Amino acid sequence: MALYIGKRVLYGFIAIWIISILSFIIIQLPPGDYVSSYIANLAAQGSSLDQAEAENLRIFYGLDKPWHIQYLKWASRIVTGDLGYSFEWEKPVMSVIQGRILTTVLLALFALVFTWLFAIPIGIYSAVHKYSIGDYLATFLGFLGLAIPDFLIALIAMWFGYSIFGWSVGGLFSPEFGTAPWSIAKFLDLMKHLWVPVIILGTAGMAAMIRVVRANLLDELSKPYVVTARAKGISEWKLIMKYPVRMALNPVISMSAYLLPYLISGSVIVSVVLSLPTLGPTLLKSLLSQDSYLAGGIIFLIGIFTILGTLISDLLLLWIDPRIKFEAR
Amino acid sequence: MTKKNTKIEKQKPILSVNGLKVHFFTDEGTVKAVEGASFDVLAGRTLGIVGESGCGKSVATRSLLRLVDSPGKIVDGEIIYRGDANKKEINITSLKTSGSDIKSIRGGEISLIFQEPMTSFSPVHTVGNQIIEAIKLHKKLNKDDAKGLTLDWFKRVGMPDPEQRMNQYPWQLSGGQRQRAMIAMALCCDPKIVIADEPTTALDVTTQAQILDLLKELQEENGMSIIFITHDLGVIAEISDDVSVMYLGNIVESASVDEIFHSPKHPYTTGLLNSIPSITNKNRERLPTISGSIPHPHNRPSGCTFRNRCQNPSDDCREGKIEMKLIEVSPGHFVDQCCINCG
Amino acid sequence: MSSESNIEKVDNINSEERVSVASQGQLIWWRFRKHKLAVFSAILLLLLYLTTLFAEFFATSDPLESEAFRGLIQPQPIHFFDEGKLSPHVCAMEGTRDPYTYKKTYKPNCDKKTPVEFFTKGYEYEWLGLIPMDRHLIGVPEGYLAEEHIFLLGTDIQGRDMWSRIWVASRLSLSIGLVGVTLTLIFGISLGGISGFYGGFIDTIIQRIIEIIRAVPTIPLWMALSAAMPFSWSIVQIYFSITLIISLFAWTDLARVVRGRFLSLREEDFVTAAVLSGANERRIIFRHVMPSLYSHIIAAVSLAIPLMIISETALSFLGLGLQAPAISWGTLLQGTQNVQSVALYKWLMIPAFPVVGSILLFNFLGDGLRDAADPYSD
Repeated sequence: MALYIGKRVLYGFIAIWIISILSFIIIQLPPGDYVSSYIANLAAQGSSLDQAEAENLRIFYGLDKPWHIQYLKWASRIVTGDLGYSFEWEKPVMSVIQGRILTTVLLALFALVFTWLFAIPIGIYSAVHKYSIGDYLATFLGFLGLAIPDFLIALIAMWFGYSIFGWSVGGLFSPEFGTAPWSIAKFLDLMKHLWVPVIILGTAGMAAMIRVVRANLLDELSKPYVVTARAKGISEWKLIMKYPVRMALNPVISMSAYLLPYLISGSVIVSVVLSLPTLGPTLLKSLLSQDSYLAGGIIFLIGIFTILGTLISDLLLLWIDPRIKFEAR
Repeated sequence: MTKKNTKIEKQKPILSVNGLKVHFFTDEGTVKAVEGASFDVLAGRTLGIVGESGCGKSVATRSLLRLVDSPGKIVDGEIIYRGDANKKEINITSLKTSGSDIKSIRGGEISLIFQEPMTSFSPVHTVGNQIIEAIKLHKKLNKDDAKGLTLDWFKRVGMPDPEQRMNQYPWQLSGGQRQRAMIAMALCCDPKIVIADEPTTALDVTTQAQILDLLKELQEENGMSIIFITHDLGVIAEISDDVSVMYLGNIVESASVDEIFHSPKHPYTTGLLNSIPSITNKNRERLPTISGSIPHPHNRPSGCTFRNRCQNPSDDCREGKIEMKLIEVSPGHFVDQCCINCG
Repeated sequence: MSSESNIEKVDNINSEERVSVASQGQLIWWRFRKHKLAVFSAILLLLLYLTTLFAEFFATSDPLESEAFRGLIQPQPIHFFDEGKLSPHVCAMEGTRDPYTYKKTYKPNCDKKTPVEFFTKGYEYEWLGLIPMDRHLIGVPEGYLAEEHIFLLGTDIQGRDMWSRIWVASRLSLSIGLVGVTLTLIFGISLGGISGFYGGFIDTIIQRIIEIIRAVPTIPLWMALSAAMPFSWSIVQIYFSITLIISLFAWTDLARVVRGRFLSLREEDFVTAAVLSGANERRIIFRHVMPSLYSHIIAAVSLAIPLMIISETALSFLGLGLQAPAISWGTLLQGTQNVQSVALYKWLMIPAFPVVGSILLFNFLGDGLRDAADPYSD
């Protein structure tokens, strides 16, 4: 078992390493180096930087060195939690995004839970009542959910909220908490606002999840062990929950590993539409203004979240499926 | 054996199946898996149902527990169960498929032993857990007592290391051990009838013999009836008291095991018996086969189903004018009337 | 046992014989035909792609012709009857400016009618970029200017006709799916095939790469990569870069399908037979393995195209994909980024309908194809 966990953790580290390279490439992609962007930015604001200062900055960031040295320098600073400097915000990247990390993670996690809470029962219903009206309805809604991009769902929700209820859906905090430091009151306020984006984000993943649950459960329902259990005289409902549903949970959990990156991806767009204080809008802004350290840092962080998510779901699988535990021994 | 015979003469069968019809309604058409099968199960005895794969023997016996999945449906016939403690006759075909009546029969009165014990146990629950569940469904026992009973049964079925096996998953047991566990699960609630659906087919020959002996032993101890389904006449000879031969959804011949083996009346039974390899066979002699092939289930012949494979059917028979019906040719020996007329 | 059931039997016998001699392709086609919804979707999609060839013919106005004072006019229906007589026309849209908010609102004035003609002459365009034409499905008679009189789905903030823009946008939005899928196919089949055919170490490496790519949130990376495209690039360059970026992350599903098939096929007797009879690898792959893969690939492709369309729409919506003057459904939706415009100018959301519609059709089609391609399904 330790070997299995060790292997998974090792894969996680390899994935983080690859993501760090991707993030570094993203930082390097815009034309010109960071210091020349910085100088251009300063010039736009009317101030300037003399030649010597610029040279010093270049040496500080190692921009005079070949790219692999630059990468190593950048990577070693990341390990200490220094993601670089955002010239757009004129402060370290970490302090720009600090307040937004929690909201991003919470949004994605709640959306995942929401997806589970609704998709699993609906999927079970659909499979057990195969070809019933409810099943067709769920299938149709599933198709619709797959077909509507999540930013469109967000737009539609916004429009409904605005034109019917007069709400301005968007943001995650009441004005009085917007810039306040974290407290229990602020957290509760967040919860009050979070459910709308959670539903919007969760709906998109739900469609795929319902299909997975339904298909897997249908497979399991036709297995001989279901007949065995039925022959014992167990009630149908108990039987379904104890045996096939339990078996169909495996693919649900392994799918959740891929749902999490999908949700975080989706949260970026949904957050932009609903102007939520998550990493999404900051990423978009940093990309549009070529604030490369900020963009690279956010992408690196988002990558780490999803890899953690994958790791957690791997461990969950290990916990619920005795066969994996046995193989892993 | 002879003792048993005299005892049951007056007694009504514990289970009577009369004119059972089970049809599967698929997009491609209706498959008549069972088309008017009738047989009786006598208390404390073993009925062997023999037939080729696809003849409907599994479907017929699953109907006894109302376990036929859609699109299959019992369309006609009755299944009378007389093993109830209140001596009431229960017509199983009239019960709701998920009502409480049939649930108390399943596992409690009639239980099933499956062919493939590997897939018949859930792989993510321990064997013990799945047996304890069965016990708790039919006996008012707390968890510890149910556990104790399971352990008892594991010992009775000859499971090695019973304590340890209880906490293991089915895929950690060998094929024979799994089948022993399956038998323990089927018998733990003291059912009156045990349906064994080819329980030894997936096992190697030595294990097969052990499992058959175990079933016979347990029958002597518990006195339950066994319905033993197989395509293997050798197994039938070893375990059955009575035999019903099934062909294309009908019982074509029914008699005691001696009668079937020594004076078979139906050409299909004769054909089956001739195709058993035997050490008295001369070397290099081909086994006789039954001429013709089984018709596709969509395409059952009308009238006598076996007429296209009969050696010399009468004209009426060939045209399908004779309906199938079991008639008694000697006491306790029933044969389909077709073959009498077909010769 | 009536005569009816006898007929049924005869049918069954025939169908059985047919099944046993049919080729793999025929079997799939028969199963596919049973999925009415999938067949219907396939026909509609075919028509939809056909219309993209004639997008300008369906357009009424030049999609790039902007005029600020015609901005944000609401959709204007065609009236087919005038006082009981067939005489298609539209009512003139007259704008008044609110003296306080300075907001311009439009009202139809049916005293001023503009007749509508069909298959008429309108703005000049080059059909398929080659043949100069000026024929349009819907237009106004000579003497009127379409840009000033006919706004079937309203206008955007710059006064461009939405109806015409949606038709023209379909060309980029729908074709990006096809082009992207071609790249996805190349990546997916080659990498999945190599992974499944050779197995062992190469397989492990490719599988790990797939796992990692699937664990990476794609949208932020797409965003970053597309943001890094130089502003100076032409529409064509951006178009191909976007498809490349999207397919870089989209090939993993197909690769898994292909690998799975290769793995199971490696065990199949007919492949072993081919190996034993001395066929070389190329021949085994292209003559024996690939034919049994086509159906799965077609199904995977029809499910990958809608993903491409969604991705392009999302990127362009955020302003990171195709840029003006390129017109795609995503760029059209850029106008709806804030809540006011969504609430006040609902018709700006109309481009969402073709997006959702075409994705639905592709999903229905893909679902049907997947069922048909699975030899063990009914």
